[in-house]
Amino acid sequence: MTFEKNLERLEQIAASLDRDDLSLDQALTLFEEGIANLKSATKELERAEGKVKLLVEKAEGVFEVSDDDG
Amino acid sequence: MRVSSARGDSPETALAIAEVTSAAKDVLEGAFPPMWVRGEVTNFTAHRNGHWYFTLRDKTAQISCVVWSRDTLRIPAPPDEGMQVTTRGQLSVFPGQGKMQLMINAIEAEGEGLWRKQFEKTRAALEKDGLLDPSRRRPIPRFPRRVAIVTSPDGAALRDVIAVISRRNPGVEIIVVPATVQGEAAPASLVAALGRVARWNAADVVIIGRGGGSREDLWAFNDERVARAIAACPIPTISAVGHEVDITIADLVADFRAATPSAAAERAVPVLSEVVASVRSLGRVLLEGVVGRLRDSTRELRQFSRDLAVRSQRVVERRRARVQELAATIEALSPLATLARGYAVALNERGGALGSAALFAPGMPFALELRDGRVHATADDVKVRQPATGTAPVRRSGVRGKA
Repeated sequence: MTFEKNLERLEQIAASLDRDDLSLDQALTLFEEGIANLKSATKELERAEGKVKLLVEKAEGVFEVSDDDG
Repeated sequence: MRVSSARGDSPETALAIAEVTSAAKDVLEGAFPPMWVRGEVTNFTAHRNGHWYFTLRDKTAQISCVVWSRDTLRIPAPPDEGMQVTTRGQLSVFPGQGKMQLMINAIEAEGEGLWRKQFEKTRAALEKDGLLDPSRRRPIPRFPRRVAIVTSPDGAALRDVIAVISRRNPGVEIIVVPATVQGEAAPASLVAALGRVARWNAADVVIIGRGGGSREDLWAFNDERVARAIAACPIPTISAVGHEVDITIADLVADFRAATPSAAAERAVPVLSEVVASVRSLGRVLLEGVVGRLRDSTRELRQFSRDLAVRSQRVVERRRARVQELAATIEALSPLATLARGYAVALNERGGALGSAALFAPGMPFALELRDGRVHATADDVKVRQPATGTAPVRRSGVRGKA
């Protein structure tokens, strides 16, 4: 799941937990799911390997991203 | 005596026509540097061979004009009939027709005539195919990991985008997809670069643009092919061409139009610390949500058990009250209570109560039930009192007590 999807799901869960028509069981299941999303999103945030790279097409459909000096 | 050394001086030295036109061409081209000429366009023809022919004229004069096909590429659109234009060209001679002509390589219409015309033409073509429909616009991902940028590898736009993105979130990967952004080769180069991004299909968002420049410099971003490539890109696109005021066809097709390349980078990449804060706050909301839900459930449970206790208590009390009430009634009705006060009840032989004198007959045996025992007796005399009708009591004789 991408970071974006993780966060979207997390927002949905947070909103659902505020609803009154949720059974306790449902709330706890959602909470567990939310915690998993939270963990994975946090882990993703700690990844900091952004670089500037150059997209090079070696042959039709074969790509390489190489480090760029710029 | 005249020495006729120059050719054409006499019938004997007559020149070929091509020699004349060629000489005239040299003279004209030497005498006139390229220049701007103003006039009205008439008899415009776009020839199959790609060249444009027309006449420029004013009230009193006219001149034949040609735009070679390679030069037409730099002119946004052919001029309209009757349009007032300023043209830049080289005065020359067209030997084939022995005609003076202006070889034009730039045309400017009054106002922004030609640019506007071409812009509207392209816009109409895209609109017809539904490519400008706002509903086509895809949302820009909120948290891209990888941003592709299609631009000149050594332009200001790329520097700006890299600077802004690295400042906002150093964790985002920037993929440079180099393209020529101005000149005749630019549209094809931009289309090819967009094609690479599309086939690679591993970026989250693509920024396409360049820094500021003249209208001519930015013209590739008004090219229909470029617009169609942007529309066909499977990845959400942000256009960022020139400055705030420059609006191009690319801007109309892209999923988001940023005023400048820096603005595009800001739109594409959120500030990391803000993302971290929003993830934390979501975590808090999650926790508060579930804790709140648990607290609510506990409270409900407690309230429920309290209700239950109160309700069962009430049921018992109601029953007890009813029992007491019944007991009182029974007590009040009990004949034993009456006997206890010293009264007696007459009973017949079967133990039935004889509650009326009319039930007796002289000589009839009966029993008297008293508080502490029973007395057997015989009726001696019976007098039945008539109800309040005033007649004398009926007397029945012969009741005799017998212990």
